[in-house]
Amino acid sequence: MIVETGHYALVLAFVLALFQAIVPLIGVRLADAQLMRSARSIALMQFAFVALAYAALTYAHVVSDFSLVNVYENSHSAKPLVYKISGVWGNHEGSMLLWVLVLSICGASVALFSRIMPETLRAAALAVQGWIGAAFLLFVLATSNPFARFADAPLEGRDLNPILQDPGLAIHPPLLYLGYVGFSVTFSFAAAALICGRLDAGWARIVRPWVLVAWMFLTLGIAMGSYWAYYTLGWGGFWFWDPVENASLMPWLAGTALLHCMSVMQKRDALKIWTIFLAILAFSLSLLGTFLVRSGVLTSVHAFANDPARGVFILAILVLFIGGALILFALRANTLVPGGVFAPVSREGALVLNNLILTCACATVFIGTLYPLALEALTGDKISVGAPYFNLTFVPLCLPLALAMPFGQQLAWKRGNLLGAAQRLTIAIGCGLVAVIALALIKGGPVLSIIAAGLAIFLIIGSFADIAARTLRGEGHVLSRALGLPRSAWATSIAHAGIGLTLFGLASTGWGVEEIARMRPGQAVTVGPYELTVTEIKPGRGPNFDETVAHTVIRAGGVIVAQINPAQRFYPVRQMSRAEAGIATLGFGQVYMSLAEVNRNGTIDARLYWKPFVILIWIGALVMAAGGLLSLSDRRIGFAYVTRRRGAAAPVLPQAAE
Amino acid sequence: MIWVIFAAMTGLAVFSVLWPLSRSRRVAPANLPNISLYEAQVAEIDRDAASGLIPAQDAAAAKADAARRLLAVSASIPAHVPAQRNASIAAAAALVLIPALTLGLYSRFGRPDLPDAPLAARLQATDPGKMDMAAAIVRIEAHLREHPDDGRGWNVIAPVYLRLGRVGDARRAFSEAIRLLGDSPVREAGLGEALLAEAQGVVTAEARRAFEKASADPSLPQPRYYLGLAALQDGKPDDARAIWTKLADEAPAGASFVPALRQKIAALGGTPGTGPQSDAGKSIAALPPGERTAAIRSMVDGLSARLQQNGGSLDEWQRLVRAYSVLNEPEKARAALANARNNLASDAAANSELDRVARELGLGG
Repeated sequence: MIVETGHYALVLAFVLALFQAIVPLIGVRLADAQLMRSARSIALMQFAFVALAYAALTYAHVVSDFSLVNVYENSHSAKPLVYKISGVWGNHEGSMLLWVLVLSICGASVALFSRIMPETLRAAALAVQGWIGAAFLLFVLATSNPFARFADAPLEGRDLNPILQDPGLAIHPPLLYLGYVGFSVTFSFAAAALICGRLDAGWARIVRPWVLVAWMFLTLGIAMGSYWAYYTLGWGGFWFWDPVENASLMPWLAGTALLHCMSVMQKRDALKIWTIFLAILAFSLSLLGTFLVRSGVLTSVHAFANDPARGVFILAILVLFIGGALILFALRANTLVPGGVFAPVSREGALVLNNLILTCACATVFIGTLYPLALEALTGDKISVGAPYFNLTFVPLCLPLALAMPFGQQLAWKRGNLLGAAQRLTIAIGCGLVAVIALALIKGGPVLSIIAAGLAIFLIIGSFADIAARTLRGEGHVLSRALGLPRSAWATSIAHAGIGLTLFGLASTGWGVEEIARMRPGQAVTVGPYELTVTEIKPGRGPNFDETVAHTVIRAGGVIVAQINPAQRFYPVRQMSRAEAGIATLGFGQVYMSLAEVNRNGTIDARLYWKPFVILIWIGALVMAAGGLLSLSDRRIGFAYVTRRRGAAAPVLPQAAE
Repeated sequence: MIWVIFAAMTGLAVFSVLWPLSRSRRVAPANLPNISLYEAQVAEIDRDAASGLIPAQDAAAAKADAARRLLAVSASIPAHVPAQRNASIAAAAALVLIPALTLGLYSRFGRPDLPDAPLAARLQATDPGKMDMAAAIVRIEAHLREHPDDGRGWNVIAPVYLRLGRVGDARRAFSEAIRLLGDSPVREAGLGEALLAEAQGVVTAEARRAFEKASADPSLPQPRYYLGLAALQDGKPDDARAIWTKLADEAPAGASFVPALRQKIAALGGTPGTGPQSDAGKSIAALPPGERTAAIRSMVDGLSARLQQNGGSLDEWQRLVRAYSVLNEPEKARAALANARNNLASDAAANSELDRVARELGLGG
């Protein structure tokens, strides 16, 4: 009864989404406040029903109700409870339901929060959300129904793909979906602005928190996914330029550009067209990501769906929303009143450059991801576009961006002074150059790593040049002045420094060490500065798997510094095995050991890595998200003060460009 | 009971549309958010100026800027038109369409007749005396997870898997039982059948080995039948006929499989005891062996030519494909199969039948 109640709730949610899509829009058209206001209660009720459906499905997974096809295909009674819960979204149907749940959470939040929101804007935005919700609910009901039943229930399920039985899976998809779907809100507001024909600083103030939240979750989701791939797939790699990874990177790039545009919108009432364009782009790319992953176009661990009907359906959704938004954009963009003007060398100018670079980077990823698919569809040839392509296109675009970031922070609004900015960055530039020279002398290569590491140092220090200058100037205690600065200024610096940390971690991969060895218990293998010795190889047993564990100690200069237990696990239900890597974090680096093969003669074949500074890659992402959170906590309007005295040697006051 | 819940939920859904429509039509002035934003901006500028963050003249300019923006925004606010009939139309639509659409869709996808089936409750509710087989399987599986070296457990569950069509599990269970308890004709026969089912009816080399071991016990009919099938699939219909004829002859009186087996033997052309039925068949059978083959070939080629020219029924095409297969001419059999597919392209049922024939004869796809 609980299961069918959930199913009925899902159908009701779809019907309500249709009402949410139509009634408020008519209200906006007729300027009828009652019809407009209905958007809020419908959105809330729709959320309640989707949540009920989701709870019912979770219940079915937890109690192993194998009368649901979805539970039978993806669960097993012996699976640990946490994976029964995370297994709800570890499969196609459940993950689409999570998608819809997150969408309805966003809709409900728009309905509840932002008291300063004009009713017209809210109604139009919720109506657009209603369209998106209706489309995806219909998709779930018609092609991917998680509540499909067996009349005669089997007594045991087929278990979840072992690769997905991991804490990483418990966190990665929800974070990513919060990011993807969060951009649906900015998309809805952009469409609403076009429908209402109004786009102003007040709009930016309402929408900016949404961009921040979506961007933060997407940042964390990508980082989590990459760390998950790093420790589960057993190759020690963390980014494979896999189409699915690219699918999450593209909205992140567009979202990052949008984030910066929003602050210009909010403070200077400028870059309106850019803002709308990027809002549409970010969500379109999120939809594209969903299409790539869910349609079965790709064959990868992510593509557990493989059904042409689904692909065609999502493609139709994609065309409908992207096409619709672009038509709306084409028809209505010219009605937007242009806002503040600015000189090419100014904070706004720098952010336009930022937009251009990020959009181009996005385009290179787009081409690298879709070209092979298009080629295969047209000619049947299979080509693989991998790291070499992206190293030649994406990296040369992003390194100059890293160089430009601290300069942008130093430029004033409306018109800036590039030379002055460079002067204020003297210390940072010096540190970067010293780092390059020192690394060249100590390490000698590779060149790209040395340049990127120097750039990272410059970026980290340069990010705080603005804060330092403002703290050291003026009266009062240094600490109190530092704390007195707007939180958004700190947020900018911290987020930019996070990019610097990630860049440093990426640069350091050039100094990693890799060994492949056949190891006997007692035999030591040297990996970089460490010595690894397998002490014991013994079998073990988990709730739904058997494993062989190689207990290993890590010594540095004869002293034991860590112990790791890499394992090879076998899941009998699916007849699949996977390697559980043993990872020891030493400083900011990691020793990584993965069992490739357990031999009958009591030896193991293992991949061993020493990866200096590798965890900075993910720490950087955490720092970026922390910057986003800090910026979110700043409820100031953030007015951009423009110095009026032309030509005079005015004290230039840099502003945060979070 | 479930329909009461559904009705309540539907009521809530309708209510969420009706409620805002029933409330007063009076609204806050549309410009209020803009004005409050302007006030917040001015307050913030004042705070920044007071704390010395910006010079006074910049603060004044910023305030003027904010005021200009407010004016620009206010000018574009449309006036609200009071509406009367809209709300009642929307309410009526909600009252009718929400229940109608939901029930329509739910009756298409839902299964209100099926109760929840949590596993623990199902296992408990089942009385051990009449525990159904599925519950027994779950218990044996749990037992085998704990004691994977219990050969008897594998031996018990293996044939059950095979009956249920869980052929992969069956193959594993038979292998385990053989590993732990040693091979026996019954287990080898079961393993062979599992392998056969996994290969979708093709007797693989591995399956054949299992059947050969199993045929050590002549009282088991299955391994001998499948060895015959293996011979047929290898393009040795004479061997197949010999094996099957022997099996049919040695079968105990009244064995249920014998009539079906006799039919198979008849289909191969050599029927012990009866002989060809048609006149042409009788005259061919009377020929010496060398000429007999030639006569059969010319008949088959004649059929092929006729079918290619005039087309034919599924039955005729099948006969042609089988004939070539029996004559040990797989190339011609494949060509005939391709022709048949072209000829019957519009008939999905016929095509799937042809697929089945192709699989059965090992002609690949």
